[in-house]
Amino acid sequence: MTWQEQFARRWPRVVLYIIMIGLAIVYLFPVYLLLITSFKSFDQVSLSRMWEFPASFSLESFDRAWNGGEGVIGMSNSFLNSVYMVVPGTIISCALGSLNGYVLSKWKFPGSNTLFTLILFGMFIPYQSVLVPLVQVLNTMGLYGTIPGLILTHVVYGIPITTLIFRNYYASVPTELVEASHIDGADFFGIYRHVVLPLSAPGFVVVAIWQFTSLWNEFLFGLLITNNPEIRPVTVALQNLSGSQFTQWNVQMAGAVMVALPTLLVYMLLGRYFLRGMMAGALKG
Amino acid sequence: MQMTRSTYRLTRDRVTALIMLAPSVFAIAVFVYGFIAWSGYVSLSDWSGILANDIKFVGLENYASIFNQGRFQTDLRNTIVFTLFFVVSTLVLGLILALMVDARVKGEAIFRSIYLFPMSLSFIVTGVAMAWIFTPGSNWQNGDSTGINLLLKDWGFANLQSAWITDAAIWPLGGWFPDWSKARLGIPLAMIPVVAAATWQMSGFTMAMYLAGLRAIPEEIREAARVDGANDWQLFRRIILPSLQPVTLSAIIVLGHVSLKIFDLILTMTGGGPGNATDVPGIFMYEITFKANKFAEGAAVAMVMLVMVALVIVPYLISNMRSEES
Repeated sequence: MTWQEQFARRWPRVVLYIIMIGLAIVYLFPVYLLLITSFKSFDQVSLSRMWEFPASFSLESFDRAWNGGEGVIGMSNSFLNSVYMVVPGTIISCALGSLNGYVLSKWKFPGSNTLFTLILFGMFIPYQSVLVPLVQVLNTMGLYGTIPGLILTHVVYGIPITTLIFRNYYASVPTELVEASHIDGADFFGIYRHVVLPLSAPGFVVVAIWQFTSLWNEFLFGLLITNNPEIRPVTVALQNLSGSQFTQWNVQMAGAVMVALPTLLVYMLLGRYFLRGMMAGALKG
Repeated sequence: MQMTRSTYRLTRDRVTALIMLAPSVFAIAVFVYGFIAWSGYVSLSDWSGILANDIKFVGLENYASIFNQGRFQTDLRNTIVFTLFFVVSTLVLGLILALMVDARVKGEAIFRSIYLFPMSLSFIVTGVAMAWIFTPGSNWQNGDSTGINLLLKDWGFANLQSAWITDAAIWPLGGWFPDWSKARLGIPLAMIPVVAAATWQMSGFTMAMYLAGLRAIPEEIREAARVDGANDWQLFRRIILPSLQPVTLSAIIVLGHVSLKIFDLILTMTGGGPGNATDVPGIFMYEITFKANKFAEGAAVAMVMLVMVALVIVPYLISNMRSEES
C-alpha cells in the first residue's frame, strides 16, 4: 500500500484527532492564560502582550494576592476560613448522609420513597427562595456572620445530595446480609457498624469529594451569611478582588489559581469518584 | 423491599431508624419548605426593611410591580435566551465530545479529563478568567485590543473583533420593542460570551452522561446493525441517538435548572451589564433585597425563580420516584 492509499484509508481518524486536540487546546486555553498571567511580575504585565509567555517566572502576583498590599486585600485569611468551613462541613455531611441513606435503603417504611423525593427537591431549589428567612433564623440563633452558621447552612442544604448518593450506594449492599445479621441478633446500630459501614468506603469517598468541591466552590451563601469580611470564604474574596478596579489582572489571576487549586488537585487525583458524585446529581443518569 | 401498610410493624429497630432520620427530615422541613413558605408569605406583604413590626398583607401587588418593571422583563428575556443557548450548546458539544472519546481513540482518558476538568472549578474562577478573555480592550476599534480580540488581531482576523461582554446591542435589528413590553425583545449579544463560558464549564458533564449512555448500548446491537448493512450514519441515527434519549432528558433537566438559577458566573463575568443586557433574576433579587431592602419584591422575584425551576424539576422527581417503585 502506498502512503497515499494509507492516508485515504486513515484520514477520518486523522481528522478526528485534529478536532479532538484542537478542542483540548480550547478547553485548556483559560488555564494557560491564568497560569502565564499569574506568574508574571508587575513590570512584565502589559495588555498588548497578555498572551505571551512570561519572560521569567515571578511569584510577585501570588504574594500580592495572598498577603495583600497596595489596595489589595490578601486572600490568606479567606483561604483559611474556607478550610475551617469545608472540613467540618464535609465530615458532618458524610455522617448524616450515610445514616440517612442507610435508613432510606435498608429500613424503608410506608411513605419512605415519597419522603425521600420531598428531601431531594431541596437540592434543586434556587437558594434565593430561602435566603431572607435563612438570614433571619441564623441571626436569631446567633450564627449569622459566623463560620458555624455557614457550616450549618451547607450541611442542611447538602442533606439531599449526600442522602441520595448513600441511598443509591447502599441499594447495592445485599439485603440478605442485613437480614442475616438481624437474625443473628444485631440491632440497627450493630448492622450499621458491622455490615454496612465496612462496605461504605467508596460511598464516603464520593460524598466527601462532592461536598468538598461544592462547599469550596459555593458563593451565594458565603456572600450573604458573612457580612463580616473577616470570615468570608475564598470565593467571595476572589469576587471582591476581581470587582475592585485597582487590582491588576495578574493579581486577580493568581487569586483565581489559588481558589481553583484545591478542587483541581482533588479532581486530578480522584476524578473517578468526582464523576460518580456528579452523575448522582442527575438521578437516573 | 416493597412494604405495604399492613405488613409494616413498628419494631424497636424501626423506631430507632425513624429517630435517626428525624433530625434531617426536620432540618429539610424547616430550611426548605418552611423557609419557602415564609418567603412566599413575605412576597404577599409590604415588608420593606429590617424591622418587621408592621407588616401588611398586600396580595399580589409585589408580583404586579416586578412584572411591570423593565428590568425584570429584561431579566426574563435574558433567562430564556441564556437557557436556550446554554442547554442546546452544552448538549450538542457534550454529545460530540462523547462520540469522539468513545471512538476508541488513543489517550482517551487524557481527552476525557481535559474536557471534564472545568466542572471542578468554581463559577467565580471561571467568571474571573472569562471576563478577562472577553474584555475587548478600552479602544479596540483603534487597535488597543485585549483578550480574545488581541488574538484575533494577531492571527489576521481583525475584522472578527467584537465588543463581547461590553456589547449592549440586541440582535436582530436592535431588538423588537412592542407596546406591551418594556424590554427590547431579541438576543443580547453580551450574553453570547457568558453562554460560551458556561458551556465551557458544563459540557464535560453532558459528555460524561452521554458516555455512560453510549457504553450502556450493548455491542451486539451495534454489530447486528452493521451485519444488516447499516452505515455509520444510519447506525447513529437509528440505534445510538434513540437509545440516548433518556440521557438527553436528564441532561436537559439538570442543565435547565442550573441555567434558570444562574447567578455567580454572571455576577463575576459582567455584573449583569452592560445596562441590563446580561442581568438575570438571581442578580435582581440579590440587589433589591440586600442592597435596597425591598424584601417583599425580592421575595416575589425569588418565588418566580422557584416556580420556573419547579416546573422543570417536579415532574422529573415524580417520574423518577414512580419508575423506581415499579
